Amino acid sequence: MSLAARVSPTPHQVIRAVQAAGQALHSEWTKFRTVPGPAWLLAGVVALTVAVGAAAASAARCSSATCGQDPAKVSLTGMYLSQAVVAVAGVLAIGDEYSTGMVKLSLTAVPRRLTWFFAKAAVLTAPVLVASALAVAGSGLAGWLILPGHGFTPAHGYASLTAGADLRAAVGTVLYLTLIALLSLGVATAVRDSAAAIGLVLGLLYLFPIAASLISDATIARHLQQIGPMPAGLDVQATIGVNSLPLTPWQGLGVVALWTAGALLLGASVLEFRDA
Amino acid sequence: MTTETATPRLSPPTPERDSFWYLLRAEWTKFRTVRGWVIAVLITVAAITAFTFLGADVSGGCTQVGGSHAAACPAPPTGPGGEPVTDAFYFAHQPVTGNGTITVQVTSLTGRVVVPPAGSESDGPQTGPGLPPWSKAGIIIKENTSQGSVYAALMVTGTNGVRMQWDYVNDTPGLAGTVSASSPRWLRLVRDGGTVTGYDSADGTHWTLVGTAALPGLTSAVQAGFFAATPSDGNYTTATGVFRHIGLSWPATGWTGTSVGGVGLNNSAPFPGALRQSAGTITVTGSGDISPDTGDAMSLQRALTGTFFGLIPLLVVGAMFITAEYRRGLIRVSLTAAPRRGRLLAAKAVVIAAVGFVAGLVAAALALAVGTPVLHRAGILLWPVSVFTEARMVVGTAALLALAAVLALAIGAIVRRSAPAVAIVIVVFVVPYLLVTGPQQDNGSTGVEEWLLRITPAAALSVQQAIPQFHQVIAIYRVNAGYYPLAPWAGLAVECAWAAAALALALYLLRRRDA
Repeated sequence: MSLAARVSPTPHQVIRAVQAAGQALHSEWTKFRTVPGPAWLLAGVVALTVAVGAAAASAARCSSATCGQDPAKVSLTGMYLSQAVVAVAGVLAIGDEYSTGMVKLSLTAVPRRLTWFFAKAAVLTAPVLVASALAVAGSGLAGWLILPGHGFTPAHGYASLTAGADLRAAVGTVLYLTLIALLSLGVATAVRDSAAAIGLVLGLLYLFPIAASLISDATIARHLQQIGPMPAGLDVQATIGVNSLPLTPWQGLGVVALWTAGALLLGASVLEFRDA
Repeated sequence: MTTETATPRLSPPTPERDSFWYLLRAEWTKFRTVRGWVIAVLITVAAITAFTFLGADVSGGCTQVGGSHAAACPAPPTGPGGEPVTDAFYFAHQPVTGNGTITVQVTSLTGRVVVPPAGSESDGPQTGPGLPPWSKAGIIIKENTSQGSVYAALMVTGTNGVRMQWDYVNDTPGLAGTVSASSPRWLRLVRDGGTVTGYDSADGTHWTLVGTAALPGLTSAVQAGFFAATPSDGNYTTATGVFRHIGLSWPATGWTGTSVGGVGLNNSAPFPGALRQSAGTITVTGSGDISPDTGDAMSLQRALTGTFFGLIPLLVVGAMFITAEYRRGLIRVSLTAAPRRGRLLAAKAVVIAAVGFVAGLVAAALALAVGTPVLHRAGILLWPVSVFTEARMVVGTAALLALAAVLALAIGAIVRRSAPAVAIVIVVFVVPYLLVTGPQQDNGSTGVEEWLLRITPAAALSVQQAIPQFHQVIAIYRVNAGYYPLAPWAGLAVECAWAAAALALALYLLRRRDA
């Protein structure tokens, strides 16, 4: 091959690179579907979200027009738990490579580390998206069946489930869970240890709302709710009182996306510049 | 063909190698030589100590949630025990010196309540009849008419029957039922030195002891008489008691009406009271309350705000203490060295529990030592706690962390994988608290969420409760204000049960499964 061909990529080389990416995707997908762990975790996401959502809907009561309960948030209460399962799936996607030493083999097969990393991210995204969609659909169905019997009726100011805000809550929650999986993937790539990574991710998710609830200074609490990935992301679930939220619903999801982008960037940098 | 097997030549076990102490030392060595784990435990201590400042964010000592920088509120008066009190009521009194007895018949207790104006709001708030459960009117012996002074009182209440209350925090029930002209109540207070005894009766002849109040340091000269008060939540205005058949053991000098604490100011009664006398009948109208003031005081638990922040690294270490062995295959070496698997698990549990306990003890003691002055300097009025309560908070936090670490270890032994084990154990501690204190519970909570803090390991947080709940004060006792549904040690027992159950399951699985 001539020297010129190495400097500027020929069409042939571009095709090779695309093929390599496709092969990386294919091999990652094969890894993902041939171990039982991820499937069980994603089944757990669906089961937990729906079960907790149904339980929360059964426990909720609305006796007047001013009861202030958000039916979308009640139905999606299960997300408090299932985001931890999604985080485990995201952490294990890369953590298992490191804990078993598989990472050396993977990087030998796909020496372009970023290609490998983003193939992994893509392979994680699709099943999490599907599982989250099933989970949210199941919770929504449970809420739709249970809540009207508990006072969440049009007479108390609650419109039907198909209202735009409810759709936003559902779609937003699916995206939120997917972003959390990718955030966990990024953190785990940066930390390279499953236990430390899951501790960091869950600390990041859960400690902001706890700090916000313990702080009585309203300004600081509001800022914590704006920058914390979980409280900000939960804004997308709001169907009532949207105007008094610390952020608009989609801005809240944007905050989560920023955290995820940061984590992925960190993970990619560590992967690229450190020995595996 | 036969094969001859050689008798294995085992060296006799040395007593040292067989002992549990040897196993403990081995596990302790494993723990202290992993730098990351030691650092994580140090982070636990640092987080609990450092986040004590998070609890001190209230500015100006005013606890109005919502207004970020409200004007400084005047501190409420404090009672004999140093606790903040509400002491605002209408008092018809006369001076008494030395011992004495006051007896009276109460024939009526009525109240006025604000009703929503039906049409125009120009007429101002309309009032109608209404009586909250803890409206009160009765007889009282009080050191003087200043707020926070020592007292003992015997009263009829809205729906809680006859009660004897003294020094703001004490409450004892007497006859049940509501008072009326056809069913009056007779009340009697007897002062004898530093003791005031209350009796009640339905007919004025058959008397029953209600309670005995020890009021050490009660001066010889006191004020005695009738009072009326009704706790206001913005809707209740005044309560009125009607007193007849007044019997005094001292020469009467005429009644003086005083609004204790003033009217319409901070920490005073919202509405003016009145005293009317006619032909042996005295009618007293008043608003306000004589009670502990839980609304203005905060729990010393704010100094331990960092518990959650410190818990997470400790839980990671607790789970890894065994999952790391599975990951590295070290478990096979460990089990070869200590074939009795139960003892290995026990040794690990003892080591990690000791680590958690010491970390919690140091962290909580530091947090209280640093946090109490920090909270005071921030102008926060803390509910006064005894040395025993502080000791319970410190030791309880240490036990909470120790049991949490054991629970993490047990779940790690059950799951054998780091990430799921850590996730499970963080979720069971954090999510119940989040769901109970979450923003959506501000409105229309059904109380179902509170059960999460009775049955999950997070119930153990009740061991940090540093502000008492008073049944005689109707208020919303919120978890994020420091009130828990379980008693302190009961909450810790729930966590203990979880840790024990998980450890038992871990032991069963460890024995049954291949390593």
